[in-house]
Amino acid sequence: MTKANPAIEVSGLHKSFGRTHALDGLDLDVEAGEVHGFLGPNGSGKSTTIRVLLGLLRADSGGAQVLGRDPWTDAVEVHRRIAYVPGDVTLWRNLSGGEVIDLYGRLRGGLDTHRRAELIDRFELDPTKKGRTYSKGNRQKVALVAAFASDVDLLILDEPTSGLDPLMEEVFQRCVEEERDRGRTVLLSSHILSEVEELCDRVSIIRKGRTVESGSLADLRHLTRTSVTAELAGAPNGLSRLPGVHDLAVQPVERGQGRRVRLQVDTDKLDAVLRSLSESGVRSLTSTPPTLEELFLRHYQDDGPEQVAAR
Amino acid sequence: MTAAATAFDVRPAGSRQLAGTGTLLRFALRRDRLMIPVWVGVNALMILSMPNTLENLYDSPADRAELLKDTAGNASFRALIGPVFDDSVGALTAWRVGVYAGALAAVVSLLLVIRHTRDEEESGRHELVASGMVGRRASLTAALLTAAVANAVLALLVTAGLAGQGASGALAFGLGLAGVGMVFATLAAIVAQFTESARLARGLTAGLLGAAFVLRAAGDSASDDGSSALTWVSPLGWLENLRSFADERWWVLLLFAAAALLQGVVAYGLAGRRDVGMSFLPTRPGPALGRLGTAGALAWRLQRGSVLGWSIGFFLAGVVYGGLTDGVADLVGDNANAREIFERMGGQAGLTDAFLASMVGMLGLIAALYVVGSVLRLHGEETSMRAEPILAGAVSRLRWACGHLVIAFAGAGLIMLLAGLGFAVGYGKEVGPILGACLVQLPAVWVVGGLAVLLYGVLPRAAVGAWGVAGAVLLLGWVGPALDVPQVVLDLSPFGHLPKLPGGGMEWGPVLVLPALAAGLVAAGLAGLRRRDMTT
Repeated sequence: MTKANPAIEVSGLHKSFGRTHALDGLDLDVEAGEVHGFLGPNGSGKSTTIRVLLGLLRADSGGAQVLGRDPWTDAVEVHRRIAYVPGDVTLWRNLSGGEVIDLYGRLRGGLDTHRRAELIDRFELDPTKKGRTYSKGNRQKVALVAAFASDVDLLILDEPTSGLDPLMEEVFQRCVEEERDRGRTVLLSSHILSEVEELCDRVSIIRKGRTVESGSLADLRHLTRTSVTAELAGAPNGLSRLPGVHDLAVQPVERGQGRRVRLQVDTDKLDAVLRSLSESGVRSLTSTPPTLEELFLRHYQDDGPEQVAAR
Repeated sequence: MTAAATAFDVRPAGSRQLAGTGTLLRFALRRDRLMIPVWVGVNALMILSMPNTLENLYDSPADRAELLKDTAGNASFRALIGPVFDDSVGALTAWRVGVYAGALAAVVSLLLVIRHTRDEEESGRHELVASGMVGRRASLTAALLTAAVANAVLALLVTAGLAGQGASGALAFGLGLAGVGMVFATLAAIVAQFTESARLARGLTAGLLGAAFVLRAAGDSASDDGSSALTWVSPLGWLENLRSFADERWWVLLLFAAAALLQGVVAYGLAGRRDVGMSFLPTRPGPALGRLGTAGALAWRLQRGSVLGWSIGFFLAGVVYGGLTDGVADLVGDNANAREIFERMGGQAGLTDAFLASMVGMLGLIAALYVVGSVLRLHGEETSMRAEPILAGAVSRLRWACGHLVIAFAGAGLIMLLAGLGFAVGYGKEVGPILGACLVQLPAVWVVGGLAVLLYGVLPRAAVGAWGVAGAVLLLGWVGPALDVPQVVLDLSPFGHLPKLPGGGMEWGPVLVLPALAAGLVAAGLAGLRRRDMTT
């Protein structure tokens, strides 16, 4: 991770629309060459942030740098090296998909025609249809083909797979991986957590216009609880007094002294729990790291960020 | 109820085809709560101000009798306005405004119907509405009823407002206007079944209205009592043949009713035979590879159809008005007041020139509508979110905007030039001065365009207010001179400052100042656009 060369650098971003504070001191750092997940509930300010990064909105205060430049003043230079896919693609009714792909490509750094042909094939897109006859998923594909075939350094994808079927979703994920392998940077805003888990090196979670969590998935998992289920030879000893243990439940196992133990533990306190368990003789043990979904729900629910902030 | 609530409704499907019509109608009227009153109000104002104007112009019955005699013998004037059937103020009013008020009612009706049918389908909004408890025929019915409401209000206003000139004539005229409106409402309902694009449906129906106008004009120039077959083919001709305030022929109203009914049946039949969102004219596939590479090229691609339509329209208008010039000037020459009006509208010297100048001036006012529509394409692209991916490319806002503005401002020049060439073809004399007169309109057209750019750039939410500006300028230009509006008010319109050409003396002052003003407005608008947030 080369901190020296960030693709996107946002700090303390504020943006209000009338009385609504869409962004309230948002921070975002995307390093060059990574796939960065950008998560947050509806209305949390993801799209507003992206529009600031595209120079479509002017931030009230705070700094934003995209590829080392100010996206508001150097919009054109920045955009030459960016491909953007919105979550809801609107096309011109009387232009064919192929025409739009080429237009978008030419408005960026240019289009790789071989890659264009290959992508059209992989996404099973008919480029001769007119804008009004495409379904939502196919409109999305038009923008995706244009983005992946463009010769750019940074892809900004705002819920790009809405409307895609699972097969196409798969194609999309392969494409993102290829982009990363070529050394391109991807900012991926998405609600499809499996997609984010699969693709992203790091994620930022925002809520109400603020970044509440940012880091690698491993880092984030570290901040949350792991669930542990164990079958012990004897009764657990002092488990409930250990710091970081929650929701402890102990049941006797049929016949004998054995106990079944279920608990949640703050991931950084896992070691002490395992020690304590092994003192009672572990017969079986399952430990489940938190899914991104659990992470997400924790942050999305109203008391989530306060807990994190309190830590 | 309790027992029935658990069972499914098994009534035959056919009985619910109109379900939800009432809700949709209320919804449509709510959406049009501004549009209908404004359009209908302007039309009614134009009609109801006419008796006063005529009484001022032709204050004695003898004057009016002479007007009747003259127009009856003048083919050009009949083609322009239609034949006169009586010398009463009421009959003259119906004659003077009939064709144009009828055309305006038709325009309002066709816009309303397409707005609530094809527009809704094309945008996909209809799908969600139709998934509710809405019958298959409900949306078309609600659209036609919306147009019916607008036309009924117009009929009511006209009947009440002109009752002083004769109650039965006022009723006939009001009903006739509403009849024209409903004929074009149902015609639009048919056209809307054929195209997937609402824009195209509007264009085609407006083209049919233009054809109705030309047929009537041709018929009336050939006959002095509206009896030509060509006149009888046109709904606008039926309006004049209704002979409001001149021993009304009530049975002509049956023609409107029959046509509207027949077209309505056809429209429902067609609508029932197609899928929602589809049309009878299929969309052809486009190229797999695109050649568009710049924002400017995209702007031209998006606007070229409209530029072509306006070009054809202006050229033909030039040909038609040019061809009528000699005949009309003969007539107006006999009436001092009419001459005065033409002179105030158009020019000081020679009646031919005065007529030409007033027609050229009218086209200039209409060109202001073109320029506003073209400038507001920017607004449409932005609010539909189609501008977003373009601006996320290596295109500055300025370049993107200029792509459309070049078409707006140069396009205005093109259509005025073509109007001038049309006059040259139709009239054949004074080619240079008429071309000059057409081009002299441009500074004022550009100022209106500049105001549109300013509104769009600085107050994007009020951008559609540019239509209001164009409408106000149009109203001042058309009715201002006839209504003795004070000069101060007339001066508010940029068109009020233009030299009256051909005929009048060239004044370089306004012709140089107005473009500078327009440039300033455009620059201010673009500066605003660069600074503001894009709509999200």
